[in-house]
Amino acid sequence: MISASPAPLLDVEGLSILLKEKKRPDVAAVDDVSFSVAPGETLALVGESGAGKSLTALALMRLLPKTLGVAAKRITLDGRDLTAPSDNEIRAIRGSVMAMIFQDPLSSLNPVLTVERQLVEAIRLHEPISKADARRRALELLEMVRIPAAATRLAEYPHRLSGGMRQRVMIAMALAGRPKLILADEPTTALDVTISGQIIDLLMELQRDLGLGMLFITHDLHVVRTVAHRVAVMYSGRIVETGTVDEVFATPRHPYTEGLIQARPHGSFAVDGHRLREINGTVPVPAARPSGCAFEPRCARAEADCRAQVPPLVPDNDEGRAFACFHPLQERVA
Amino acid sequence: MLRRILLSPSGLIGLLLLLVIVGMALSAGYVFPKGPWALVARPYMWPGQRPGLLFGTDSLGRDILAAIFYGARVSLLVGFVATVCALAIGITVGAVAGYFGRGFDAVLMRITDAFQTIPGFLFAIVLVSILSPSVQNIVIAIAMVSWPPVARLTRAEVLRVRETEYVQSCKIIGMSTPRIILTQVLPNSLSPVIVVAAVLVATAIITEAGLSFLGLGDPNVMSWGTLINVGRPSIRSTWFIAVLPGLFVILTVLALNLLGDAINDALNPHFRKR
Amino acid sequence: MNRHVLRYLGWRLLQSLVVIAIVIVGSFMLLHLVPGDMVDILGGQRGDMDAELMAILRARYGLDQPMLVQLFHYVTGVLQGDLGYSYRNQTDVLSLILQRLPATILLVVCSVIVAVFLGTMAGVIAARHVHRPIDVIISMVVLVFYATPVFMTGLGLVIVFSVKLKLLPVGGLFTPGVDMTTLQLVANVAKHMVLPVLSLSLFYIAIYARLARASMLQVLSQDYIRTAYAKGLGTTHVIIGHALRNALLPVVTMVGLQIAELFGGAVLTETIFSLPGVGRLAYDAVFERDYPLILGVLLVCSFVIILVNLIIDFVYTLLDPRVEVSR
Repeated sequence: MISASPAPLLDVEGLSILLKEKKRPDVAAVDDVSFSVAPGETLALVGESGAGKSLTALALMRLLPKTLGVAAKRITLDGRDLTAPSDNEIRAIRGSVMAMIFQDPLSSLNPVLTVERQLVEAIRLHEPISKADARRRALELLEMVRIPAAATRLAEYPHRLSGGMRQRVMIAMALAGRPKLILADEPTTALDVTISGQIIDLLMELQRDLGLGMLFITHDLHVVRTVAHRVAVMYSGRIVETGTVDEVFATPRHPYTEGLIQARPHGSFAVDGHRLREINGTVPVPAARPSGCAFEPRCARAEADCRAQVPPLVPDNDEGRAFACFHPLQERVA
Repeated sequence: MLRRILLSPSGLIGLLLLLVIVGMALSAGYVFPKGPWALVARPYMWPGQRPGLLFGTDSLGRDILAAIFYGARVSLLVGFVATVCALAIGITVGAVAGYFGRGFDAVLMRITDAFQTIPGFLFAIVLVSILSPSVQNIVIAIAMVSWPPVARLTRAEVLRVRETEYVQSCKIIGMSTPRIILTQVLPNSLSPVIVVAAVLVATAIITEAGLSFLGLGDPNVMSWGTLINVGRPSIRSTWFIAVLPGLFVILTVLALNLLGDAINDALNPHFRKR
Repeated sequence: MNRHVLRYLGWRLLQSLVVIAIVIVGSFMLLHLVPGDMVDILGGQRGDMDAELMAILRARYGLDQPMLVQLFHYVTGVLQGDLGYSYRNQTDVLSLILQRLPATILLVVCSVIVAVFLGTMAGVIAARHVHRPIDVIISMVVLVFYATPVFMTGLGLVIVFSVKLKLLPVGGLFTPGVDMTTLQLVANVAKHMVLPVLSLSLFYIAIYARLARASMLQVLSQDYIRTAYAKGLGTTHVIIGHALRNALLPVVTMVGLQIAELFGGAVLTETIFSLPGVGRLAYDAVFERDYPLILGVLLVCSFVIILVNLIIDFVYTLLDPRVEVSR
């Protein structure tokens, strides 16, 4: 896949995640996915639940359970080959080059350890500094993520903090190892609407100031428009359309992308990922995916060839625009 | 439910083992018509030393295998009856405390606390020695020390079920309180209690054997613990007198634990996968 | 230590006081369950007491007064440390018990420590290698331990280690009649304690191993474990630094629930290994029909158990900061 910038920070080619089952053949939960993220750029992975967005991020971190196998043609991160990393290699990368922010900050923080312990641990893991220095840096990090009265918060346990505060701590922890790439897995889904806006503002600001690359996973198109430079739309384990946010929103070519955009009720922040009003049916589970285009059963434009084979993701222009559809929507004439 | 238990290896092994022990208890009178007290040979004969005395003889020349067959009766009887009594006390206390709450709950739970604070086995020793050692009093003593966990478990379940909509609607239609408790609340809160029952039987068997081991068993019946007590003084030489009946205690308890695990797995199928 | 935790601990203390009151009243009731009173037993044993002497003795011990008055005297007596008089041993019950308590506490405390340590370790190793051979082996050993009564473990260990292998002493707290330096005495006592502690703790090792395995498996599937891995921590570090403390919580709760049972088991262990503890004292008292002494042991053990439970509550608040909201 062609990237908009010359030297991508993260380059993923042909990533598949296989559900290994004893009696049946392997099923691809994520099927041959390629994308890249440039330094200072945000790529949004968007789609309904079950599309394989979170799995993709966890696969990059190698945090998937052992029942899920990861296969890729090529993965490079900041000049390192991560196609099939050893345990030690991936451990050195986690937190220091690539860090992850999870969906539910309460369950993602250890309930019996103080904020300070969890932060200091992350800092000292990748930087050989004294405990006192690490504590100072932990304080800086909390101030950086705008936690008021940061010094007193250090001694708190996660359950004493509000939801927004916890997610700020998670972000501080992700930044502790000075990573170059942040994987943000639905970081605002578990939060109130107003809080989620603040967290998104914070993430964007940090990204700008620190020049971070970001893979932002969400099902909320409004959020995509706010945070991302480019977007990749996933459907049933495959990328069906990708391009710059402006282009994709202005002229969606894949019927699913168009459906997603139209389904989002105006003026509201969140889209219910499960019930899209204007797309009938649900996302097929990987094992029951149709042999042709996965979206075909729900698509008004489907024809015989859609059932026959999977439409490949074909580039549409030189700036990385691509879609996977035999009967795409026409480009709107300006 | 039964199929699930039988299909799990632990359930099957547990059930088969238990059936063997039950078979021994039931057939004791036919296999050893002379009873467990009959003097059949020289004392301290090693297992297999003489054909027909598979497990040898004890310090008085009694057949150890016969004592083990008859001992199975005592162990199983005491185990099951004491468990039924403990369940009756525990379920009653737990249901009243959980359903009525407030004062009932506070008083009953503190009494339960008190019973759990006293060392159970020591308490059983005291009760048996005060009441005089007999099978009946041993059953009473074991029931008295083993009901508190049942009461706690029942109370917790009743507290949960009490708030459900079907119980609330029974109240609204004016069903009487005893009827609500007996027909609605208890049937829906007893499945975790059933799981505990298998373990309770096992614990009761261990407690009975322990009491008899200390010489506090019913002098009129032959129990495994009694035989272990008989064999203890000669443990330096003829250790098999104490060890053989001990092995049967272990096997019986093992069978009941396996069965308990299988019942637990069958009742909570979602735990099985991990 | 904040206000919420203090309030929680205060509430537990209050509950404990109520429980102590119930235990004291209950022990009084038990004492009166005995057929005949103290004087009857004494008379029966001596066989030379006439009715007049028995009446004088009854008046002296207040046995001729109404039940409630007797209860009042009993309770005030217990609260002042007067647990009654052991006519068999010709001393007051409390000093007899206090003399024997150290051996029992040594036995029980060592057993708890060994059981928690070995049990948790076995459980964690099993959970770490779940469904692999080592897990299966641990689970099977645990199953056998779990089914073996304390007295069988004790007898088995005596047969193997004392009689056959002659490695360890059969019984007693130390070798009597030998002059020893303090260090030698400690070593000697330790050698004598190995088998008793092992036989008392084996069953509990099994319980804690089962519990730790289940709780570790549950903890390892939590989101915060994934976070710890995402930081770049290695497996050992994740298990010890992040999972273990959470997995220990149910084990600590279980220790509190079972400390009473351990004192019960101490009766059997002390009898088998002739240890001079309160369990052995109670066992002897049963056969001498020395009821004030038996009930005294029961009461003192209950106090100790309540105390241990309060300590465990305190430890729990240190391990789990959420205690203020969850209880």
